[in-house]
Amino acid sequence: MRDDPVLLRGRDITRRWGGLVAVDKVSIDLERGKVHAVIGTNGAGKSTLINILSGEIAPSAGTVELLGQDVTAWTQPRRARAGLGRSYQRNTIYPTFTVFENCRLAAQASAQRPWRWWSAADRCPISVPAAHAAARRAGLEPLLQRPAGLLSHGQKRQLEIAMCLATAPQVLLLDEPLAGMGAEETDRMLALLAELKTGHAILLVEHDMDAVFRIADRITVMVNGSVIACDTPQAVRTSPAVQSAYLGGH
Amino acid sequence: MNADRGKFLFVALCFVGLALYPLVAGKFGVDLVTKIMVYAVFALSLELLVGSTGLVCFGQAAFFGIGAYATVLLSPPADPAALAWLLPLCMLAAAAYALVVGALSLRTKGVYFIMVTLAFAQMAYYVVHDTPLGGGTDGIYLNAKPVLGSLMDLGKPLVLYGFTLACLALTFGFLALLLRSRFGRALAGIKANEQRMRATGFSTYPYKLAAFTISGGIAGLSGFLFAVKDGFVNPELLSWHLSGAVLIMIILGGLGHLRGALIGAFAFALLQEFFQSEAIFGAFAKHWLLGLGLTIIASVALLPRGLVGVMGQLRERLVGGKGSKESVDA
Repeated sequence: MRDDPVLLRGRDITRRWGGLVAVDKVSIDLERGKVHAVIGTNGAGKSTLINILSGEIAPSAGTVELLGQDVTAWTQPRRARAGLGRSYQRNTIYPTFTVFENCRLAAQASAQRPWRWWSAADRCPISVPAAHAAARRAGLEPLLQRPAGLLSHGQKRQLEIAMCLATAPQVLLLDEPLAGMGAEETDRMLALLAELKTGHAILLVEHDMDAVFRIADRITVMVNGSVIACDTPQAVRTSPAVQSAYLGGH
Repeated sequence: MNADRGKFLFVALCFVGLALYPLVAGKFGVDLVTKIMVYAVFALSLELLVGSTGLVCFGQAAFFGIGAYATVLLSPPADPAALAWLLPLCMLAAAAYALVVGALSLRTKGVYFIMVTLAFAQMAYYVVHDTPLGGGTDGIYLNAKPVLGSLMDLGKPLVLYGFTLACLALTFGFLALLLRSRFGRALAGIKANEQRMRATGFSTYPYKLAAFTISGGIAGLSGFLFAVKDGFVNPELLSWHLSGAVLIMIILGGLGHLRGALIGAFAFALLQEFFQSEAIFGAFAKHWLLGLGLTIIASVALLPRGLVGVMGQLRERLVGGKGSKESVDA
């Protein structure tokens, strides 16, 4: 295991869309055992930042380091195989597959072997146990044979996390995992995130402020693509700049 | 498990029925079913792309035609070619063109992909249409049909029937195994949500290119069988009409099922024969395209899951109507 607790490091990340600067020189460190939340109003650049860190879009400037390696030029699949898991703001599960197959397919990414065309995927000695473990960890084991499209909204969000876990990531980038959840589902998801925290570095983009302040160890506040504060939850809560720009001065 | 066993039984019975068919059929029937089985292999090649990977290719006839032309062009002018090398070469020629077309067209998506594959097919069409290589609009004749030593002479209709049936069964079996393998499940994932597959760690382009090339090779096999059966090739084998027809076959049968490609090929060819029959329609038979078109429109409207989904649709109607259907959405 690496000594450096910082598993993902973004430096001066900038993304321009023509004349618009969606993300402006943002630097961020994600440490193992910590949840780092990114908050901001709609259009602040949070999702663009997560897309750049995961490799879905290239930055106009800046660098991304994963486990000490510069991965700025790496494709998204390569970063994912190197230990970067992400979930999306909207559900991106495979609705017609069972919960098990959703997890198994995600786990298959680390043992692809596509040339073994005669060997059935559901007997894969690597992805099958990994899928069971991921589903168990996300609390979905009783629902393994259910088509994913028939799950409740909260269960679908849990499945998103399970699919991330099935790839055995070290860093989790979670884009609004609590979106649309009720109080009970939110509590269950926060308990899951708290449990996952120990072995992973987690970036949490979230609008639910109560949840963010309950779970985050560090919070970055973005406004119009720039970071206006990056500190502990307590310091962010009392920051006059944050209060005026984001929390409405209350 | 029961549903899987039922599907397996259905397919096995179909193949047994096809194997026994020549015992009761005449020359016309054997010839017709041979042609339909060739189309079924062709439809299976496209099913791998459209139904299993979500890539709507509108240039599949190019690979079919290349397989057919390669059969004629690589055969000696007067003597029969050896099946052992001719068949693999024809499949390789079609797969090689598919590799080139796929390498370029898979960089596009959606309607652009459809148009680019059509454009590549039209390029191949005009190569055989406008150059001496393909014999122009007249086409070329295959003077001697391939043989496998003294064991097999594909010039004999019953031998060709058996060989085509074996090719169909092997293609079906190969694709069934492929689709349940890790490669096949990755293709299913790409069809369902390519963005998620990439986020999970799959480089999707090589998977799609491999599927495209395999599909081209299988289409080349069907082209080979067609050229051997008819003993003649012309540019129409590469035309967009044929690409459209094979697309209709798999839609009619039911996308996403290998059985659908089989059923669709049989349904399409039999409907074609039905509407072309002067014994049934008299002088109106010359307008057979009208009847065929209207039937296909009605089938697509009334059977959104294709012919393969008829039983399921009936069961839903009988058991619980719409209320029994649960929505499976992301």
